[in-house]
Amino acid sequence: MRSGVIAKKLGMTRLFMDDGRQVPVTVLQLDACQVVAQRTLDRDGYSAVQLGAGAAKAKRTTAPMRGHFAKASVEPKRKLAEFRVSPDNLIGVGEEITADHYFEGQFVDVAGTSIGKGFAGAMKRHNFGGLRASHGVSISHRAHGSTGQCQDPGKVFKGKKMAGHMGAARVTTQNLQVVRTDSERGLIMVKGAVPGSRGGWVTIKDAVKKATPENVILPAALRSAADAAKKAAEEAAAAAAAEEEAARQAALEAEQAAIEQAEQDAANPDEGGKNEG
Amino acid sequence: MNLIAQIEAEQIAALGKTIPDFKAGDTIRVGYKVTEGTRTRVQAFEGVCIARNGGATIAASFTVRKISFGEGVERVFPLYSTNVETIEVVRRGKVRRAKLYYLRARRGKSARIAEKTNYRPLKGAQA
Repeated sequence: MRSGVIAKKLGMTRLFMDDGRQVPVTVLQLDACQVVAQRTLDRDGYSAVQLGAGAAKAKRTTAPMRGHFAKASVEPKRKLAEFRVSPDNLIGVGEEITADHYFEGQFVDVAGTSIGKGFAGAMKRHNFGGLRASHGVSISHRAHGSTGQCQDPGKVFKGKKMAGHMGAARVTTQNLQVVRTDSERGLIMVKGAVPGSRGGWVTIKDAVKKATPENVILPAALRSAADAAKKAAEEAAAAAAAEEEAARQAALEAEQAAIEQAEQDAANPDEGGKNEG
Repeated sequence: MNLIAQIEAEQIAALGKTIPDFKAGDTIRVGYKVTEGTRTRVQAFEGVCIARNGGATIAASFTVRKISFGEGVERVFPLYSTNVETIEVVRRGKVRRAKLYYLRARRGKSARIAEKTNYRPLKGAQA
């Protein structure tokens, strides 16, 4: 089991595919998603990573939290969340996760806090049908109707669906497909809607109801690894360029030598003739 | 510009479609890609554009109305859809509204739109 990420919901848009399909996508952004702490089996009894995302002002961060961030030597974070991981997938403190963590076509679960609806009636909250618009119904068109039986049992059963507070609760949407990722800007586009309002924080995890794909990056797609890979690629490119330059130089020198040789041959034709002979 | 608008602008640029300057009241011919089994062909739909929606977003669309066999037919096309092959302006109309929904209640003579004779193509950045 590998770590998930914390992302910010930017909003929805659509993508036009070459085959004429339109895909509605939610754009999620990774904003400096770093490991702030580790939970280990020996010390805490379970293994997990605590991630932080976003930027918080240092002066508005409480002193204990400042200490916590200072220990990990990361900037104060706006949002913290823990992700359970297997012990071999623990990530070093301070490492930053990039959007390459997920690949196109992968299925993910996205959890967030749904938009609050306030005190909602039974029709809106539980999809009740309400009462009739006419035929003698008065004042109670959107009422929930009966809530139980008679003197026996003489009470309303616990858990009866009634009006009450709706929304502003943690909701997970499962099996959303990743359509596109952009690691430079830290964007992940998933097909369909995601709980919460624009600007809200969500967590993205590998889908629990799908088999883990084989090509996921373990323990995570890290900024440090990406930088190292980039550096290695640059060095390789530089080495290749240098080699090419050297080869060109050698070719040039060989040519020069050949010309000189030819000139020499022209200067002493006897010798040249001998050589040919 | 927020990031969503930026992404949309990039996608519009990447799609690289040339959209002619047209608005409600113009008669346009839309070439729409239709897939029948494995074969694809371009189907033309010609009529009066009665509305444009969505502004500068990728979700922009336009509504075309025509009278087909005595029956009014309307189709809504996504402006940037990869299925919309061509948009051709046949005639420029002179109207005073952005949405010509009043045409739905009219037929025949009263549903005509006068031609705009003083049309000037957009210049510079607006084109």
